[in-house]
This record gives sequence, structure tokens and C-alpha cells, in this order.
Amino acid sequence: MNNLNSTVVFRYPKLVLEELIMQNFPEFFRIPLKDWIDSLMSWLLSNVQPVFDVIGWIILKVMKGFEFIFTIIPWFIFIPLIAFIGWQMTKKWKFAAGIAVMLLLIGSFGYWEMAMQTLSLVSAAVLFSLLIGIPTGIAMAQSNRVEAIIKPMLDAMQTMPSFVYLIPALMFFGLGRVPAIIATIIYAVPPVIRLTNVGIRTVDPEAVEAAKAFGARRKQVLWDVQLPLAKSSIMVGINQTTMMALSMVVISSMIGAKGLGMEVLLAISRIEVGKGFEAGISIVFLAIIIDRITHYIAERQEKKIKEH
Amino acid sequence: MAGDAPEIIRVEGLWKVFGRDPRRVLSDKNGSLSKEELRRKTGCVVGLRDISLTIGKGKFYIIMGLSGSGKSTLIRTLIRLVNPTSGKIYVKGQDITKLTENDLLDLRKNTFGMVFQHYGLLPHLTVLDNAAFGLKVRKLPKEQQNEMAMQALETVGLGGWEHYYPDNLSGGMQQRVGLARALAAEPEILLMDEPFSGLDPLIRRQMQDEFLELQEKLQKTIVFVTHDLSEALKLGDQIAILHDGAIAQIGTPEEIVTNPADEYVREFVQDASPAKVVSAGSIMESPELLLYSWEGPRTALTILKKSNRLGTFVVDKEHKLLGVANQERLEKFLASSDNSESSKLGPPVVKEIPAVREDCILEDLFSMVHTNPYPVPVVSDTGRLLGVVKTDDIFEAISPHE
Repeated sequence: MNNLNSTVVFRYPKLVLEELIMQNFPEFFRIPLKDWIDSLMSWLLSNVQPVFDVIGWIILKVMKGFEFIFTIIPWFIFIPLIAFIGWQMTKKWKFAAGIAVMLLLIGSFGYWEMAMQTLSLVSAAVLFSLLIGIPTGIAMAQSNRVEAIIKPMLDAMQTMPSFVYLIPALMFFGLGRVPAIIATIIYAVPPVIRLTNVGIRTVDPEAVEAAKAFGARRKQVLWDVQLPLAKSSIMVGINQTTMMALSMVVISSMIGAKGLGMEVLLAISRIEVGKGFEAGISIVFLAIIIDRITHYIAERQEKKIKEH
Repeated sequence: MAGDAPEIIRVEGLWKVFGRDPRRVLSDKNGSLSKEELRRKTGCVVGLRDISLTIGKGKFYIIMGLSGSGKSTLIRTLIRLVNPTSGKIYVKGQDITKLTENDLLDLRKNTFGMVFQHYGLLPHLTVLDNAAFGLKVRKLPKEQQNEMAMQALETVGLGGWEHYYPDNLSGGMQQRVGLARALAAEPEILLMDEPFSGLDPLIRRQMQDEFLELQEKLQKTIVFVTHDLSEALKLGDQIAILHDGAIAQIGTPEEIVTNPADEYVREFVQDASPAKVVSAGSIMESPELLLYSWEGPRTALTILKKSNRLGTFVVDKEHKLLGVANQERLEKFLASSDNSESSKLGPPVVKEIPAVREDCILEDLFSMVHTNPYPVPVVSDTGRLLGVVKTDDIFEAISPHE
């Protein structure tokens, strides 16, 4: 008895020490962020829902518009058209032929319609990303304070697992393509913001100063000097944003966005490896085509200046 | 020399302090502290310290200093690309530190043109569009823009290059585009921030020479920043030397080289050759002996013999220099000709000799004193003899004196 007592007394301070610094974070120090966010969510859902409805309506309209364009053009016109644009861009017939072959392959897998659905979803997401991203990038470039505020937000948007905002998007906008586009925008918009900001900030300061010295207003400096000189950087941003938007299509399909992503999802859930590969490679083809075309637009700007 | 032109820019008590709450630095006795002490005490960096200067219309005004001396800041405050912390800047009598945003833009558009060290051209525009940039900002009609820009390009020798892009041009040519852009709007005042510093030495010298020639024609007021003393001495009418943001000395090239105000300026100019800046006018003396055209040859010979000289200058009634007469020629003339009673000193006896103007620099006199047994005469625009420069005087002027 005596013996036992002494061991308890002996061990007790050690336990407290371990509890405090070695193992568990102290119970009393808990910030209830999750509760705050949950109550914010329910407040938003019950009070601001009309705003989300309007946003959702606009996004859906734009998306439907793209879908209308992409589906009304039959494949036998669409393929030569895109190939011709590619040829116009590069003046390389191999490039144009490559595009045509890739599009034909997508059709031959039976995914033409779904590819067009995916394309319209991605197009709408990219359009909104640019409408948000380029002005935000410009604002960031004009002010160090704005940059300091937005930069960590971009970091969060790029590293936050997309499911974390996929579910709230679902709650605000319901199932379907609209929350998918919202989630895609959140995931895809950072590159165009960053590269617009960096592009404007790295414009030759003497060129900007020269414009000011000749009496140009801020707006003139922006339009006549900063944006043209940052153009290739912004184009790289647009290219990356588009690529990231495409890489979101499978995740988007989890909340009901139809298209190639849905096919991939269905195929893997049924363990149909071949079907999954067909749908997957179709996404890759779309990515390659969009990447190369936007890439050439960016490059053409540089070339025009250098080669004269 | 500076006082003879009406002023176009006057700067009074100008301070520029970089850092947080710069007015704190100005408010108290910190004015007497050095740049480094101020930085340690207040965390602010003084860019310009109590600058006052006056620039005359049509003058070539140089702002010189090493990097960090504040020269680029100073030229930028003149159109408020950098806003001064305190002080006044008058341009054509108007205090521009009080201008509203719109008036300031108008001032930049209409009165100033600026040339930059690294040209500051827009690579996505053609040479013509670059030259027209200032006109585009002024919203002139496109045709007029092109016309005026073309004219400016012709002026700087770039006719025929208008459809190229800046990247296709060499550094010297790019700077010509920069100059054309500044000239196109026909500003009264040209601000030039180390415009030739980025060029190869040979191109630089060529550009300086051409620019001097151009300035002869244009007669603009030029504010020119450089760190290159020889460039400053070559181009400037007036030089302001900046040291740690304060003016160390303002003067003509000659004053700066021959009479440096302090140790800093002395060190700065110690390698400069006075021969490049000291003018004939400043070291000439009045001639000790003159002959007049109405004196006969015989009289002249007598005078020369009496004063024990081989020859001297001859002037007419208006004190115009006719040339020199020497004993040898006088004797020959008297011996050979019958009209020994000729009453005047004329061409047969008087030999015409080269003369220089007052502003001729000593370097240009070297070859003349080298081949000429007489002192070099200095004449006015109308040919009047003002004085003479002797070889001894030249040597004295260019030898370093402690």
C-alpha cells in the first residue's frame, strides 16, 4: 500500500508534463472555426440565397450559350474549322492535321457530344475566370496593399482540396453544372491573376515613366504601355488557367456536370478500364488542342515584334 | 554668362526625403546632419537637400553627380515624376508644386519632352508610333501625329526607318527615336536623363557632336543629367554639381574646372584638362604695342626698332585687326618700292594672320601658337581686336596650381 502510493506520487507530475507538452494539444485552447463557418453558411443560405440564384442564372445562361454554339455546329464543319484556325495561327499544315486527327478520334470513340459539353463548361469557366482574373491582376499590380491581401487568397485557392469548396458550392447552387463552373473558376483563376500581376509589374519601368513624362493618364499608361507589354505574360496565364479548368472536369462531374468527366467517373466506378481510357484520352486531346492554340497566340505577339 | 537669358525654370529650397513621414526630417534641426546620420536617426533617406537653382531660357544646363547624388531625382521633380517633399519649382513663373493633376498633365504634354537613359521605348510600336507617342497622348489627329513624328525622325536622322520596330535598331538609333519622341511635340524644355550613357564611346561622342549641332538650330532649354565630367564640360553652358543630394557648386565649365568650390568638386575635376574649358577670352591680355593703319611704313619701322620688337599687330580706326607688320617685311617694302613715302600701312606690308574668338578653348590654340611666332589675337564678332594670348599665358593657365 505504502509502496503503491509512492509510485503514484512519483509518476503523477510526469503525466501532467507529458499531457501538456508532449502529446495532446490542451483542450481549453480550441478556436471553433468550424462552428463559425457552419453558422456563416446557414446565414448565407437563409439570407443571401437570391444573390446566388442570380449568379447561378447568369452562369447557366452563358454556359448554355456556349453549348448552343458548340452543338449547333455539326462535327464535319467543326473539325475543318478548328483545323483551319490552327493553320491560320501557325501556317503549319502538320499542326492543322494533328488537330483534325485528334478531333476525329474523339468522335470515333463516340464522345463527340460529351466533348462539346465539356468544352462549353470549360469555356464558360475560362470566360468568367478571365473576367474576374485580369481586372484583379491589374488591381494587384497597381497597389502593393492589394497584392498583399490577394496573394494569400490565391495560395489558398490553389492548395485547398477542391472538395472543400465543392460541397458549399453545391449547397448554394444545387446539383449540376453551375456549382461545377464555380468550383472550376476557384481552382483555375489564380494563374491568370498571378501572371497578369507579374506581367504588369515587370514591364520596363522606364517605358512606364516615359509615358507619364509625356503626360499620359494612369488609364492611358495601363492601356498603351502596361497591358501591351504584359500581353505575352497574360497569355501564358490564360493558357494555364484553361489547362487547370480542363483538369477539373472529372471532379466537376462528381456534382453532376455532364460530359467527358462523367464518362471517366462512370467507367472507373464500373472498372471499365478501356472506356475510362477512351474518355480520359479525349480530355487529353482537348487539352492539347486548346493549349497549342493559346500558346501560339501568345507566341505570335512576340514574333510580330522580333521578326519585322 | 547665366544672367543674360530670361529664366525659365527656378527651383527654390527643394527637398526630397524618401521614407515614412518625411516631413519629420524637415521640421527640425536635422538639416545640419549628414545623409548617413539622418538615415540612422530617422530611417529616412534624403534624396535632395535644399536645392536652389535657376535655369535660363535656351541654356544647356547640366546636372552632374555620381550615382546616388540625387541627379535623377532632381530632373524628375521638375515634372513631378517624383513629388518633392518641400520647396518650390517655378516653370515659366508658375509654381508647379501646386498644380492640380490635370494642369500637371498639361504641363508635361505641352512644355516638356524627356529622353531616358535606356530609351524607354515601347517595343510593340513602330519607330513612327513611338515618336508619335507624345502626340497621341495629346490626342492630335492621326495624320498630324504622323506628320510631326516624321519630321522629328528626319531631324534626328532616322528618315526611312519609321516602319521598323525599336528592337531592330542599334542602341544609338534607339536613342535617336527617344530624342525624336521628345522633340516631336516641339516642347520648350528638354529633360535628358543620362541619354548617352548607355552607348558605346564612339557612338556616344558622335551623338554628342550631332546633338550640339542640333541644339544650335533648335535653341531649346535643355536640362541634362550626366555622371560623365567630360560630357558635362563639352555640352554645358552651366553645370550644377550634386553631392549627397545637395548642390556642391554651380558654374560654367570654366569656373568649375579652374575654381572648384570645395574639396569634393576639386577631386571631381582634378583629371579634367583646363585646356578643354578655359577660353581665350579669359586669359587674354591687352597688346603691349599696336601699330595703326594710318601710320606710314617708315614710322612703323621706327616704332618697332625703338621698342626692340620684330613685329606687332596692326589695327584700323575702328580697332579692327588687319594683321601683323614686321621689320623684315617693312624693310623689304621700303627698299624695293619707289613709293617709299606711302602714307599708309597696307596689304603689301601687313600679313593677314588667323585670329580666334573669345570663347575659343585653349586646346584649339595649341596648334596656332605652335606654328606662329606671334601671340594669338582675340577678336570680337565684328573683327575688333580685344586682346592677345601669349604662349606663356596658355601654359600658365593649364598647369595645375595648388
